Amino acid sequence: MAYNFDFGQVISGEYGQWLVSGLVTTLHISAVSIVLSLALGTAVAVLRLSKVRPLVWASAAYTEFFRNTPLLVQIFFWYFGSYNVLPTAVNDWLARRDFEFACGVIALTVYTSAFIAEEIRSGVFSIPKTQLEASRACGLSFLQAMAYVILPQAFRVVIPPLISQFLNLIKNSSLVMTIGVMDLTYMARQIEAHTFHGFEAFTVSTAMYLCISLMVSLGVNLYNRRVLHARAR
Amino acid sequence: MHWNVVYNNFGYLLMGAYPKGPLGGLAMTAILALAGIFGAFWLGLGIGLARIARDRRLRWPAMAYIEVIRGTPLLMVVFWFYFLAPVLLGKTLPEAESAVIALIVFTSAYIAEIVRAGVEALPTGQMEAARSTGLSHAQAMVHVILPQALFNMIPSFVNQFVSLTKDTSLAFIIGVNELTKAATQINNRTLTAPTEIFIAIALLYFVICFCLTELSRRLEKHINRYQARGRS
Repeated sequence: MAYNFDFGQVISGEYGQWLVSGLVTTLHISAVSIVLSLALGTAVAVLRLSKVRPLVWASAAYTEFFRNTPLLVQIFFWYFGSYNVLPTAVNDWLARRDFEFACGVIALTVYTSAFIAEEIRSGVFSIPKTQLEASRACGLSFLQAMAYVILPQAFRVVIPPLISQFLNLIKNSSLVMTIGVMDLTYMARQIEAHTFHGFEAFTVSTAMYLCISLMVSLGVNLYNRRVLHARAR
Repeated sequence: MHWNVVYNNFGYLLMGAYPKGPLGGLAMTAILALAGIFGAFWLGLGIGLARIARDRRLRWPAMAYIEVIRGTPLLMVVFWFYFLAPVLLGKTLPEAESAVIALIVFTSAYIAEIVRAGVEALPTGQMEAARSTGLSHAQAMVHVILPQALFNMIPSFVNQFVSLTKDTSLAFIIGVNELTKAATQINNRTLTAPTEIFIAIALLYFVICFCLTELSRRLEKHINRYQARGRS
């Protein structure tokens, strides 16, 4: 087997720069999508828990549809197919932005928010029903009761599953390379194409993804041990 | 709207050019998913059992495998097998084969975790009782623990199959002729109806995955009821 391993070429100089900038893009698109998907997912979960029938149906349809279609197809829909269905103002606004990046953020946000909505809903179910009834009896509206009483308690329970959803989002963000966002996976491919040292480029970028995942899962374990078990005692 | 584009090419979305040409479209997606879940089940079962073995020489490699694969994006795994198989094997693998191998390797790590959770969820009395009737550890596993644990795990396997079905769309990136590829081909050919085409294939994926998700919910309810009856 005649293959010269040359990690030096990949981790230093111009190609090393590429990998670092890819990592920064991955972290950037993930961070933006995490914030947006948490907000959107919470909103969808609250709609699902409201007693208004059309809102419940709309929210259920949203979660079921976006959870049961592949992320790649959703990315392609937003990138190639959204122009005809979005309002002109939105299209103009998107065109002035970095369009690939914006499409990636929209697709990741919508996809992940469906999963987050389900996590939050199951978290709310774990809070005794009397909490909502008591806060309604105190004169709070449904939204006030949710915002001040139910959600703060539910969030504490759902933090570990939420974080694993965020971790999935970071891993899923590798798919945005298909529409030309220059993330870590895109850069690894690019280096492969330029140098034929794909082995090294893929090793280094896999190691970067692994570091992120391991650090996050270590954090979740610590949280579980410190917070959840401390409260159980 | 140009829904006639979808209507005219619906056969291509379902079967590809088959029977006049190579099989593709939804049929290829189904083949990838079924081959993937079949391989991933056996590999995942083995790794899951190694993960709970008392022997460290089995447990630690299994743990490392699970952690590494679960910490890596599927797309990376797909590229590993597609670009590096030639380096390691000295010859190129066809796209479909390397996609199936990548899907098997990726999904098996998740199946292994399901197997571990399923076995650990059984009361320890089951193993102790089986051992005290004279079965060896392996016999107790095969004849007593696994039949119960695997039965309880069926809903999780179905959920994993749903994920796998969605994940087969990644095979498009290395050029396998499946549903997503068929859609992009039609889109490149017609150019007028990207919205309609991508909504159509999203709905195709949705119908399959939603039916399976619903099946898994039903099974879960059924199994819970079955267990509750056994306990009372």
